[in-house]
Amino acid sequence: MVFAQSEVRLDTNLVDYAILAIYFVAVLGIGFAAKRYIKTSLDYFLSGRSLPAWITGLAFISANLGALEVLGMAANGAQYGVYTVHYYWIGAVPAMVFLGIVMMPFYYGSKVRSVPEYLRLRFNKPTHLFNALTFAFATVLIAGVNLYALALVLKLMLGWPILLGIVVAAVVVLAYITLGGLSSAIYNEVLQFFVILAALIPLTIVGLHDVGGWDGLKEAVAGQTDENLFNSWEGTAVGNVENPLGASWVPIVFGLGFVLSFGYWTTNFAEVQRALSAKSLSAARRTPLIGAFPKVFIPAVTIIPGLVALATIPGLGGDDPDKEYNNAIPLLMNEYLPNGMLGIALAGLLAAFMAGVAANVSAFNTVVTYDLWEPYVRSGKSDEYYLRFGRIATVTGIVIGIGTALIASGYNNIMDYIQLLFSFFNAPLFATFIIGMYWKRMTPWAGLWGLVAGTLGAAVAHYGNSWEVFDLGSPQAAAFWGAIAAFVADAVVTVIVSMFTTPKPIEELQGLVHGMANLPDELTAEEKVWYRKPSTLAIGVLGLVLVLSIIFW
Amino acid sequence: MSDSTDASPTGDEHIEQSEQAEIDAQRAAKAARLFDIRRLIGGLFLIYGVILVVLGLGESDASIAKSADLNVNLYSGLGMLALSACFLAWAFLRPLGDDPEV
Repeated sequence: MVFAQSEVRLDTNLVDYAILAIYFVAVLGIGFAAKRYIKTSLDYFLSGRSLPAWITGLAFISANLGALEVLGMAANGAQYGVYTVHYYWIGAVPAMVFLGIVMMPFYYGSKVRSVPEYLRLRFNKPTHLFNALTFAFATVLIAGVNLYALALVLKLMLGWPILLGIVVAAVVVLAYITLGGLSSAIYNEVLQFFVILAALIPLTIVGLHDVGGWDGLKEAVAGQTDENLFNSWEGTAVGNVENPLGASWVPIVFGLGFVLSFGYWTTNFAEVQRALSAKSLSAARRTPLIGAFPKVFIPAVTIIPGLVALATIPGLGGDDPDKEYNNAIPLLMNEYLPNGMLGIALAGLLAAFMAGVAANVSAFNTVVTYDLWEPYVRSGKSDEYYLRFGRIATVTGIVIGIGTALIASGYNNIMDYIQLLFSFFNAPLFATFIIGMYWKRMTPWAGLWGLVAGTLGAAVAHYGNSWEVFDLGSPQAAAFWGAIAAFVADAVVTVIVSMFTTPKPIEELQGLVHGMANLPDELTAEEKVWYRKPSTLAIGVLGLVLVLSIIFW
Repeated sequence: MSDSTDASPTGDEHIEQSEQAEIDAQRAAKAARLFDIRRLIGGLFLIYGVILVVLGLGESDASIAKSADLNVNLYSGLGMLALSACFLAWAFLRPLGDDPEV
């Protein structure tokens, strides 16, 4: 048995490794090239606010297109079928439109360098410190989870020992971020976007061809399961829930759509940072809108492979640990891809993993430097000092990440762990932001206590459900309801505390609240072109989602 | 910390703001010339495309049968060459600095 290989072990040869090596050379090359242009801390942490919208837009998507996302969504595709599109069409896209149209003028217009910094200006230092600390903590944990998941896949597919995988991946990410900062991370994310699509598109086409196209896929899946996996809204009526997600439209729309996704996409600094690095307010607003277009179609290359795997791989999702749903894509790679294309697919997956680590590490070093070290530990030093400190923070973040990766190896279900982190930290944050931006009367102390209450609300929902005090339904439905609980707890406490404390003087809110945004007086030349108007892009992408939702009703 | 990177967020002084804007614009112009990511994407997929097309042309029947009777390497390689051509053409026809969008 010692020599028995897992079924997921890829049959790689020299060509595949050469393709992988070429990719690593490109990744490190970007790091070295970017290093030559870094003069100030702003260059390092926000790319000198210089990047064009198409680059920041693709990086915006890529930062989220980590391998956990790709493997996880393919797994969801196999389990829940077309219902998985809710994560994209009800979840991500409307939230991205909201970020670009409504929130970006406050973020970019107020010239803040991070999401916590906005909280410092709008509320007070305790709110800022609370958010900066929880964010730094959560980010480093997520970076660690990504590292661990990468090592697991390397072990499964190539037979590398776990520790070796963690260290190799960490060293590569460390090299290109420490050298080139955010520019390096972002350029690599753009490159990764194309490499991962180059991996997933051929895999999807071959798989679909093998089962006889879309209709053949429906037939093949019907032979495997009685569940309806080819609709998105059928069976989501309240009180009559008959869909594989096990959730009615209420938790789907309000929990997943409104709270979880809006919370993630509009307040997670690992995402917002990409837009803040854009070269103008217009480019910053277009960043999430441009990213939303590819996001609409990404389910095609994650859900379809999931369904193909369900149809063609006997025992998927069964007791065999090699055949868990999360391995749907690696299993298909092994099934269909010849050497050469296999190397590309491997490069795509590794790229996605490294991007997941890099996005978190580059947000972590910025928040630790600008929001913790500079204001609370060593103020008033030279810019060179903070640039140097940022590099040290990067190294430290990765080393702690390796440590948390080893902790993560103690958890059974990685995705549950990550969902938990998001519902604790992002859902309440969105309530605080949306109320703080629209209600000038909201007081600085309401900022802090709202966040604390929201986190507690998420904790009560989570532990109440897992200790069986009450029953929130399927794990998905429970996560959606948990997000709603966090949002409501935050909102209620925010209003109550605001009633009993003093608001900020109105002149201190310039640029931070609705009706007082620092918008340029005139449209710039680049904004006058119709297809670059944020409103055109927003209407276009929402219309696209509407049409697709009706087709896949 | 040097003020050049720290815009006063409440921005009550107009002079400070316009100086800041000017510095930002200069830095933006400089950093925009960082290096052209379009050439890098074009270059990487040119190499990948060539490798895959060569493999695809020499593909054995057994290997093609494995991929549902499709020559995956050949078609993917051709697709990558097309992608590469688009990026290289874009980079050479609209060099950095010419186009406000890049």
